[in-house]
Amino acid sequence: MERKLLTKDSYRSLITKLIGQNYQVVAPVKKDTMIDFLKISSFDEITEDYIVTVSSAKTVAFPRNEKLFDYEKQNKKLTQQDFDFDSIPQSVLIGVRPCDAFGFHSLSSIFCWDSIDKIYTTRLERTTIIGLSCNKADDYCFCTSAKGSPGSTAGSDILLTKMTDGNYIAEIVTEKGAKLVADFSDLFTADGGADKESLLAKVAANFSVDDVLAKINSKFEDEAFWTEQAMRCIGCGACAYVCPTCACFDIQDESHGGKGHRVRCWDSCGLSLFTLHTSGHNPRENQGQRWRQRLMHKFSYMPDRLNTIGCVGCGRCSRACPVDMNIAEHCMSIIEN
Amino acid sequence: MNNLQQKAQQLLESGNYGLIVGYEKGTSGKARPVFIRKAEHASKLIFDESCDQNIAVYLYRQEIKHNKKKVIVANHHTLKSIVELAAENQVFDGDFMVLAFAENGDIIELNTFEEIEKHVATLYHGLTEAEAAMMKKIEDMSLEDRWAFWENEFSKCIKCYACRASCPMCYCPTCTVEINQPQWISVPSHTLGNLEWHVMRAMHLAGRCVTCGQCGKACPLELPIQLLTYKVALDSKQFFDSVAGTSICADNALAIFKPEDHENFIR
Amino acid sequence: METNNTNSFEPKVVAFVCNWCTYAGADLTGTSRIKYATNVKIIRFPCTGRIDFMLLMKAFANGADGIIISGCHPNDCHYTSGNFHARRRWMIFRNLLDFIGVDVNRIVFSWVSAAEGAKWAEVVNESVDQFRQLGPATSYQKLIKNSEFQEVE
Ligand code: SF4
Ligand code: SF4
Ligand code: SF4
Ligand code: SF4
Repeated sequence: MERKLLTKDSYRSLITKLIGQNYQVVAPVKKDTMIDFLKISSFDEITEDYIVTVSSAKTVAFPRNEKLFDYEKQNKKLTQQDFDFDSIPQSVLIGVRPCDAFGFHSLSSIFCWDSIDKIYTTRLERTTIIGLSCNKADDYCFCTSAKGSPGSTAGSDILLTKMTDGNYIAEIVTEKGAKLVADFSDLFTADGGADKESLLAKVAANFSVDDVLAKINSKFEDEAFWTEQAMRCIGCGACAYVCPTCACFDIQDESHGGKGHRVRCWDSCGLSLFTLHTSGHNPRENQGQRWRQRLMHKFSYMPDRLNTIGCVGCGRCSRACPVDMNIAEHCMSIIEN
Repeated sequence: MNNLQQKAQQLLESGNYGLIVGYEKGTSGKARPVFIRKAEHASKLIFDESCDQNIAVYLYRQEIKHNKKKVIVANHHTLKSIVELAAENQVFDGDFMVLAFAENGDIIELNTFEEIEKHVATLYHGLTEAEAAMMKKIEDMSLEDRWAFWENEFSKCIKCYACRASCPMCYCPTCTVEINQPQWISVPSHTLGNLEWHVMRAMHLAGRCVTCGQCGKACPLELPIQLLTYKVALDSKQFFDSVAGTSICADNALAIFKPEDHENFIR
Repeated sequence: METNNTNSFEPKVVAFVCNWCTYAGADLTGTSRIKYATNVKIIRFPCTGRIDFMLLMKAFANGADGIIISGCHPNDCHYTSGNFHARRRWMIFRNLLDFIGVDVNRIVFSWVSAAEGAKWAEVVNESVDQFRQLGPATSYQKLIKNSEFQEVE
């Protein structure tokens, strides 16, 4: 993989030029009390003072609300305005942690499973992902247990690693990344050969996700196990909404009189009404079954059917959870029980 | 083993109690709810300043309904919620025992609603200084600034409903947000719908919110939405002298009225 | 934030009224041939107690510049106490709206009995004047527009 040097000044010019060229640049920004991915209009808005952002980078390809089409009914005549693909901007997503970047792989496997979700794929195609290796981690991070690492290039188009002098090692991972580097070739210079590994956060691998995969199917019918696991869970949507790989959505019509639009918005299998049938029957009637679904989906159904795991070990769900349902712990207890 | 752990062990060993809901040490020094069924697990229990979560929400959980008599380790937020839940007939007298703590750390056993109510009367019911300061900061703003402040906050809400799920008073099996004929609250999380959701939530908690702040603590996006329910709680007190979580038989402020209720805006 | 173009601006006003007093009162206004502002769309309810605060929210969300709510005087409720319940609700709701930055002068509350045809005309005229002074509910309209389609901020 080709390595280059991107000095901190060049990084600033790169971002400034991208904004100048009307790219939509999305970056971690400190807004009020938290740090999240937001559209920026100047380099100075960017912060690097985060382990991971509260919400995941998935919003760029899978926004929390997305208008699919408009409709209008007038004098019994229905007109429909389809999704305008031209409205999808060329984007550069920066400061994406390796776990998040890899999350797009899992997400894409769902959105391209049997039919291709064109809106999602177009958004992603028009996005160049500039990752940023982790130089710190916290008790929630477990990427190394989930096939990732603080310096993993998978999922990024370019991966930056910050050196002690404030400059960056730039690893050019994909063709898309190479194209961006070529477009701004004067900003990327010859690599000084710094040792990347020593710059990365240390994340202990406390378990192996393969062991979870091997074990979880045998636990499916152990109702008592899941009930116990989910005792604390209060059934909100926080974990799924912040997760980089959770793809559940709801389709809703929002209308005023004869005019309206159809919207796709996030949903979560943890919510009690998620599987409620019109008949009144709810196949997942308690939180244990819903929690089981969440874990089975990530560690059994996705590996089986999509050949990828549905968890990248970012720990976001556990940070966001109001009752500290720590997913890594739950994985370990699946292995141990 | 400390007092609490010993007590818990005794209770479970006695065979009279089947489950203790309390706090244990969670990730990164955070406390989190725990469910103890075996005496040998009693040593997991903790109770210190980190245990500020309101865990009354578990008292009416389906999963623990079948359990033999329950025990709940309660901080002052949880205690007040229990009183309010009792007033609203969501929990039942004698169904569980409460372990509360005196200021010196001694364990207080509360077995009946009457005992709980009496104990709660000794607790402080207002906002903390920091909370009162937050309220004042907003109240002192101009109308335009207040609107801008909340518009910005509401724009962040992702409608995960963690605030609702963690509030002990939000126990409706089907919430208004899930009603779609008519669709009162839009499902997509845009700012207008979010504003309506939060106004609705606050209104439905008027006279019922015990100002525990749990909703705000639960929000992953850190919206200070507890201030909205604090507002209706403070107004309920000011207008109707009604403070939620103080009486096991009080009707909540918006369920009753007095002919002499006084306002100054109706023409 | 709110612009004042009092000359041309005619506020859109929704009135939520109870069937037994104010609606009958408004009827009397008409049969007495008292003239009053035409900006108001009247929505009839069985009782003020049935006027959910969400309806007021929806009125604003659908572009109302002002709202009138009116029902039977205290002790005159057809259902004995609906208006007493409503009064409590409004007291809380009005302050909550103020707390989030909605100008509560955009909502007028009144008691108008079936015999008060003249009072209804007065309430409407005064309210419409008041709303005209306040101008269009631009902050709310901006919110409606921004919420049409929201992705990454
Ligand atoms: S399940 Fe949790 S740890 Fe795994 S990818 Fe999703 S948010 Fe991250
Ligand atoms: S695990 Fe936590 S965040 Fe997820 S639904 Fe349960 S309580 Fe909510
Ligand atoms: S917890 Fe926060 S983000 Fe979730 S619905 Fe409540 S206010 Fe919105
Ligand atoms: S609304 Fe918030 S502060 Fe009030 S009782 Fe519920 S969780 Fe506590």
